[in-house]
Amino acid sequence: MAEALLQVSGVSKRFGGFTALSEVSLAIAPGERFGLIGPNGSGKTTLINCISGLLRNDAGTIVFDRKEISGLAAYRRTRLGIARSFQVPRPFHTMTVLENLLVPSAYVIHLKDSEGEERAMEILRGMGLADKARLNASQLSQVELRKLELARAMAARPRLLISDEAMAGLAGTEVDEVLKILFDLNAQGITIIMIEHIMQAVMRFSQRVVCLDAGKIICEGAPAEIVKNADVQRAYLGA
Amino acid sequence: MKFWLGALGIALVAAGVAMSGINEYFFFAAFVVLTFVVLATAWNILGGYAGYVNFGTSAFFGAGAYAAVVLFQWLGAPLPAQIAAGAAMGALLGFGVGVMTLRLRGIFFAIATVAVVFIMETLMINWRYVGGATGLQLQRPEVMAPFATYARMLFFFLTLMAIGAVAIARYIQTSWIGRGLRAIRDSEEAAEANGVPTLRLKLVACVVSGALMGAAGAPMPMYLSFIEPASTFSLNWAIGALAAPMIGGTIHWLGPVLGAIVLASLQQIVTVTISGEINVLVVGVLLVLFVVLAPDGILGLFKRWLKRSSR
Repeated sequence: MAEALLQVSGVSKRFGGFTALSEVSLAIAPGERFGLIGPNGSGKTTLINCISGLLRNDAGTIVFDRKEISGLAAYRRTRLGIARSFQVPRPFHTMTVLENLLVPSAYVIHLKDSEGEERAMEILRGMGLADKARLNASQLSQVELRKLELARAMAARPRLLISDEAMAGLAGTEVDEVLKILFDLNAQGITIIMIEHIMQAVMRFSQRVVCLDAGKIICEGAPAEIVKNADVQRAYLGA
Repeated sequence: MKFWLGALGIALVAAGVAMSGINEYFFFAAFVVLTFVVLATAWNILGGYAGYVNFGTSAFFGAGAYAAVVLFQWLGAPLPAQIAAGAAMGALLGFGVGVMTLRLRGIFFAIATVAVVFIMETLMINWRYVGGATGLQLQRPEVMAPFATYARMLFFFLTLMAIGAVAIARYIQTSWIGRGLRAIRDSEEAAEANGVPTLRLKLVACVVSGALMGAAGAPMPMYLSFIEPASTFSLNWAIGALAAPMIGGTIHWLGPVLGAIVLASLQQIVTVTISGEINVLVVGVLLVLFVVLAPDGILGLFKRWLKRSSR
């Protein structure tokens, strides 16, 4: 494998007596489409919170683009090129859709509003949200909110995009829409980590999948191998 | 441009009024109203834009007042220097309180700010130099030309201070800082994940807000010719500073100004016509009415009315 864009080594995280992550290590190559799966409570979101900086890992190192980042504040990691969407959409609800994108464009890539707006509109067009740009974010539907999460993450011009269950609760055609957006972004050279419960979507999207269970990696491989893996089946089905 | 022309107009009118033959009482009442305009504007920078509710306005106000008194007792400093000292003290306190409390969210931050009031009041009660619990009588210096009385001069200075405070709030609101603060209010996690240095921005807001509150407190000792801890650190300052933006509207810089003018004027009228006790009730009743019926304040009502009439 070429030099990793993101190298997570021995990362652990405890909440009181509960171990959410224990010694998780993984490497993600530039341009990769990476799937992260695991049953509820297995530590997926904790892991990406540690990577994006909303939580600090208790042990281990996180190296992004050859730089150790586990001591950095979340906003600094975003500025280095790690963007994320939230599982439960967290739009800036008193702002318009367009203004939502202007936050990262002002704070991450330091664009003036006039330049930022042009870029933001381009991103919104790519996501099919252009006609909603002037609407208040609180007026969007569920699938539009998911797209806004991704659009806002893109406005930070990331090299690594972490999509946290961007498709949970969406209908079949809506899942396809979001999946197509993620494929398009990857085609532009953005590395993507997808966390997802919808198996069919992760398996179609990912080149490589890691399965977490109880804070440990239990299996890693191509989608086809993962589905057949006995540990994965046990973790999901409890058999 | 329009804003600055308006500001210049208001300053000129204030100067004219201060030199006219209007009844002296007007200046006493207007001083209090203007003090609340500054306090409400200052409060709104952290409380309205960033959504961090500060219940400790009195601490900053009192810090400014006592800084002015110390400077006056020590060097006989003139009013503008006292105001500058008040602002510096407020900024310093804002920084200290901010560093210690801004990691707390929501109700925990609000509670921490209340504690600051009691700490400050206790400190002043035990400081002999500024009069301790009994307070200190202050001899006003000669009034500066061209003003005929000290109240008129205070009125003019307060008008300038209010214009300055509003200009600062307006700058923050319309600049990139304002957008970051709004992002923090809407979702702090999302703000941080989108590159907003949330802690630093909140600290900036807290320092600016504290400085303006300190400045608002500085002229009060000269206004009363007296200072003592109980009334200086009275929670009425904190309640007025938070009620006015709620009543006027927190999104726009105009909201706190409108709210403070309406609320403080009404209080002055009630104090004179009915009683000084009932004026506190006015704040409570108005606050409840607005929170229930018009959560976006006077500005929100106005916007709704504009929308309906354009249809």
